[in-house]
Formats: sequence, structure tokens, C-alpha cells
Amino acid sequence: MSEHESKGLQAKLERNLLPFLLMMAIALSVGGIVEIVPLFYLKGQAAVLEDEITNADGSIKFPELATVRPYTALELAGRDIYIREGCYLCHSQMIRPFRDELERYGHFSLSVESKYDHPFQWGSKRTGPDLARVGGKYSDEWHYQHMMKPRSVVKESVMPNYPWLIKKEIDGEGIMKRMKAMKTLNVPYTDAEINAGATAVKGKTEMDAIIAYLQVLGTMIKFDDHFGKPEQRKNYRE
Amino acid sequence: MEETQQQIQEENYDYSVVKGFVVMASVYFVVGTFIGVYIASELSWPFLNFDIAEITFGRLRPLHTNAVIFAFGGCVLMASAFYSVQRTCHTALWSNKMAWAVFWGWNLVIVSAVITLPLGFTQGKEYAELEWPIDILIALVWVLFTFNFIMTVAKRKTPHIYVSNWFFMGMMVMITYIHVANSLVIPVELFKSYSIFSGTHDAMIQWWWGHNAVGFYLTAGFLGIMYYFVPKQANRPVFSYRLSVLHFWTLMFGYVWLGSHHLQYTALPGWTQSLGAAISIAMIIPSWGGAVNGMMTLSGAWHKLRTDYILRFFIVSLAFYAMSTFEGPVMSIKTVNALSHYTDWTIGHVHSGALGWVGMVGSGALYHMVMRLWSTEMYSTALVAIHFWTATIGTVVYIVAMWVSGIMQGLMWRATNEYGTLKYTFAETVVEMHPYYVMRTAGGFIYFLGTVLMLYNIIMTIKMVKAKGGE
Repeated sequence: MSEHESKGLQAKLERNLLPFLLMMAIALSVGGIVEIVPLFYLKGQAAVLEDEITNADGSIKFPELATVRPYTALELAGRDIYIREGCYLCHSQMIRPFRDELERYGHFSLSVESKYDHPFQWGSKRTGPDLARVGGKYSDEWHYQHMMKPRSVVKESVMPNYPWLIKKEIDGEGIMKRMKAMKTLNVPYTDAEINAGATAVKGKTEMDAIIAYLQVLGTMIKFDDHFGKPEQRKNYRE
Repeated sequence: MEETQQQIQEENYDYSVVKGFVVMASVYFVVGTFIGVYIASELSWPFLNFDIAEITFGRLRPLHTNAVIFAFGGCVLMASAFYSVQRTCHTALWSNKMAWAVFWGWNLVIVSAVITLPLGFTQGKEYAELEWPIDILIALVWVLFTFNFIMTVAKRKTPHIYVSNWFFMGMMVMITYIHVANSLVIPVELFKSYSIFSGTHDAMIQWWWGHNAVGFYLTAGFLGIMYYFVPKQANRPVFSYRLSVLHFWTLMFGYVWLGSHHLQYTALPGWTQSLGAAISIAMIIPSWGGAVNGMMTLSGAWHKLRTDYILRFFIVSLAFYAMSTFEGPVMSIKTVNALSHYTDWTIGHVHSGALGWVGMVGSGALYHMVMRLWSTEMYSTALVAIHFWTATIGTVVYIVAMWVSGIMQGLMWRATNEYGTLKYTFAETVVEMHPYYVMRTAGGFIYFLGTVLMLYNIIMTIKMVKAKGGE
């Protein structure tokens, strides 16, 4: 315990608990406020969602991005299983704007593509490959086989088998509750879609659901400039 | 005179709850590192998943992180916070009953995690997996912990608030902020909810949480431990008071900006990424300020390292702290991050902090407390020495394996052949990782053995005291 006699503000603070706590609470909040709050308000060229970027005349700059839609009942059920099984711990869903990632996975990921993702599933680790654009890359049959016995189709894989996914059916009532919850979070489900939720998943297994989810990943936007000349590529990130 | 007064006071301190936390911390250390070794083995030999849903990698990995961070880390923090706040403020806890409520509440959180995570109940955000009812319980227990601590500081008999308490209080306030904000969800069922944020917003808030769980729980909190226990064990005053003031305020203000460096080159707006990287680099200063302050506290007492293994734990932990707080800023630089992100390098970095810094400073603090709480020497000093070496060697083996595999992974992913197309398929890179995954498992296992020795040593020490009629 230092007997050092300090002077000035610090000396006052460390003798007075409340001002100390207050000062600290302020210091601790600045960074978060500066980095997070603007993300909810930025519009125009600085927009966080690329489908909100406008031209000088106010028109939407990238109309092709309007095709991002909420997940269907079955896809949403599949997404819940993806989260439950912790897939995000080994698979990312966020392609970075590098040449090797373009070749391996496709066009870099846009913010708008995960705008209905509560929670986001970008991941932080690629023990397995990125899945942001895995949709349509393999057949449903391949996915089935791969989920049942990954090493029967990719011998190098370290992924677990997921045989229990074919044993359980999706709960229709449950999926309607989930869609309603999403709707309160401004995911634009219509009442008709929610009411049809139970029939949409009737008789479907968890395996059907997760395959439906994997097959939609990255397919909502039709990018036409993957391999065009760099100067012709659209600059989605200003 | 003063010495006797202090002794009289000490008899009135509330140590029973500290003892509870100390014992549970050493139990959870064994459990948490065991799960870690198991999931590392699963990556090395996938058959170990045994087609049992509850023990697959994806479900056990959150249990591993929660067990080491919140069960082990939490109990060490609560033990040392409740122990040192009484001694630095020369007063008993504000409420011993409330401290016990924190003890039982926190253990209830841990039991709930052990049950729900393997069952697949998760919010799907790293280190924030626990579902909403448990999140509410965490918030309640955390507020009680914070309140009790602050009220104890408020009734202190010393004019100044000692530096370790600044860091503990910084941790308490920041963890309250980020736990509450990042856990905002819409409940669907008892154990199912959706984050109220989506996509990019959710990503930024998650990593504001994620980085500061590391930055405040595992850094500021454990710096609080360092500022109390290192001077005590070395029997020297803190090297520089000025440095601790500078270190403290820059850390409080600066660390909270770093979350966005987890999202380099993602869809997060570029300015946020760059801001995160810039401040990350600046954070070398406060981080090294703390490390230097801790290490230099030994000036004039370096010879003690020859005989005192607890002091060795502290010094080596500070060395790992200095190393990983240098590595972190380097990895936040965009060009480095382009290579390191998504690879095992990140896992290695986390473990040089977790095993090297948190685990070792925590172990040192636990040994220090056991000897004073039960007024005894350790049952076996030799076992403390062996624990020290297993911890050091295990950590080094682990991080070296992850450096090699991580950098190799990053380079293989981006390698192109003479035609300009990708040189390796993803599956080909996975095969190359195998030897390093085995090496990592071995490193983790060595570290785990050390935690078993510590638990055994602590149990035998307590038994020994009880046999002599102590409590």
C-alpha cells in the first residue's frame, strides 16, 4: 500500500467513492456509444444496410438488393437447429472482400444479407469452410449424406455426425411462435405466412429443415458481376 | 501497534465465503480445462463425438468457455475481490449474508449452464450463450456482488481507495453494461429467445460484449488481483503509483473501443473497423504499463523467485499478459487480421491470455489465499512447483501449436498456383491441421494435469488443517 501522497483530481477521486464511480461510468461508456449508436442512424451513403444507399436524386442505388427476404417457416426452423448445434463455432457466414475468398466462396457478404438474422451468425472461426453462399452449391442428397456421415463424402472432415436430426419432426406450433416473435422484431412476416407456418413444416424432420436453411444461404441476391472486370464491379462498400 | 490493530480487525473479517469461492474455483478449474481437453480431442479424433448430441463439439465448446470464464474465472474473481477488499479497506464485508447469496446464486448459474448448454439451449452468441432466464439470474447475482463490494469500499477505514479496488469496480460497472445490452432478447419459450438486434448491429454489440468480457472480466478484474496479490506475495509496494493511475484510466477509457477489431473486413462499416484497430494499437501502452508495474514490483526482491513458486506464477503470468497484449494489437491491424482471422491463431491468442495470464495469476492468488485463510503452509510445496511447470509448459505447447496451424491455415487458404487459381481445397487444409490439433490437445492435457494437482493439494491442505483441529 503506497504511502504516496497524490495531488489534484485523482487524489480527490480516490478518496471519494461516488465521484470516482461516476467518472469511471462515464469513461467506460464513451467507446460503446461512439461505435454503436451511429450504426442505427446512419443513412444515405454512410448507410449500414446497402439497400438503403441512395443516389443524389433520392432513388435507391442498388435495387437488386431488395430481394433479401425473411426465412420461410422451414428455413427458420433449420436456422434454429444450426444455432442449437453450435454450427457457428466452426463455420463463418461472412465472406471478406479478398480474391481467394471470392474464388472459394463467392461475392463478399453484404450487411443487408443478414438484416433478418436475429442473432447474427457471422461466426469467428473457420474450422470448416464459410457457409455464407453454400446455398445451391451441393444437392439436398449430398447435404443429407454429409450431415449423417461427413467423412463418407469428405474424408478429411472433422465434423461430428448428426444422425439425430432425422429422428425428430419440427413442431408446427413452435415455429408459429417463433415467427410471431420475429415479427415483433420487425421481420416483415405477414399474418398469412405465420398462420401457414405449421402446415409448411408438417411432417418435416430437423434434417429437412437444416438442409432447407443451408440451401437458401447466400442465394437471395443475384450478383451478376462475380467475374466481371474489376472496374465494372459494383461498389457496394463505399 | 498498528500491526496488532490489524490483527484484531482481521479476526472480524468475513472469510468463510471467500473459502467457499476458493474451493469452488479450484474445482471448476479442473472441470473447465477437462472439457477443453475433451473438445480439443474431438477436433483431433472426430469419433470422440460418439454420435451423442449432448457431447458434440458444437454443444460442449460453449460449456468449456462458460466453465473457464464464468465458473473458474468468476469464482477466482469473487474470492479475491471479497478477500482483498476487506484487507485493503480494513473493514469486514458490508454484508456477509449477501456475499453468501452471491456464492449460491453464482453456483446456481453454473449448474444451469452445465444442464442447459449440452441440451442445446443457447442464444447463439459467443460467451453469451446462456438463455434469458439464466441471464436474468446472472444480472441479479452480479448486481448483488457489485453492490456488496461498493458498500464495503464505502465503509472503509482507510482514506484512499486502494488501486486493486479501482480495477475490480471498473470490471463490475462495465460487465453490468455489456451483459445487459448484449442479452436483450425476445423470449419465445422458457429456453428459446431471439436477440432483439440483427445482422451488423448484433455483430457490433456482440463483439462489444465479447471483447470486453475479455477486457474487463479477464483483464481488469485480474489486474485487480495482480495489484493486490503481487505486492503482498513479494512483500514490496507497487512499483509506481503514477503508472497505476495512468494505466487504470487509459484502460477504462480505451479498452471499450476494441470490440470492432473482431469484425475487420466484414460488413461492419469501415470507419468502425479502423477505429477499433487504431485504439487497439494504442492499448499497448496501458497494457504494458500494467505488466511493467507488476513485474517491477519485484525490484529488490528478485531473489525470492528462486524459492517462491507462487511468486513465479505471478511473474510468468505477467510475462504472458505482456506477450498477449502485444500480440492482440498486432492481430487487430487489418493486414495481419486478413491472415489471422478465422484461423487457429485467434484460438492461440485467447489461450495465451487465458492459460498464461488468467489461469496462472488466478492459481497464484488461490494458493496465496489458501495459506492465509487456513493459516497454514501448503500440504505440498513440491506439488505447487510441479503445477507451475505443467502450467508453463502446457501453455507454451498449446500456443505454439496454434501459431503454426493458424498461420499455415491462413497462408494455405490464400495460396494460388501458377494459373492464378486456388492451390488448396478447404479439405486439404484441414488434413494439415491434424498434427497441430494433436499437439494442442497434448498441451491442454499437460495444463489440465496441473489443475488436478492444485485441487488435490488444496483439499489435502484443508484436511491437514482440520486434522490438527482447525476449521
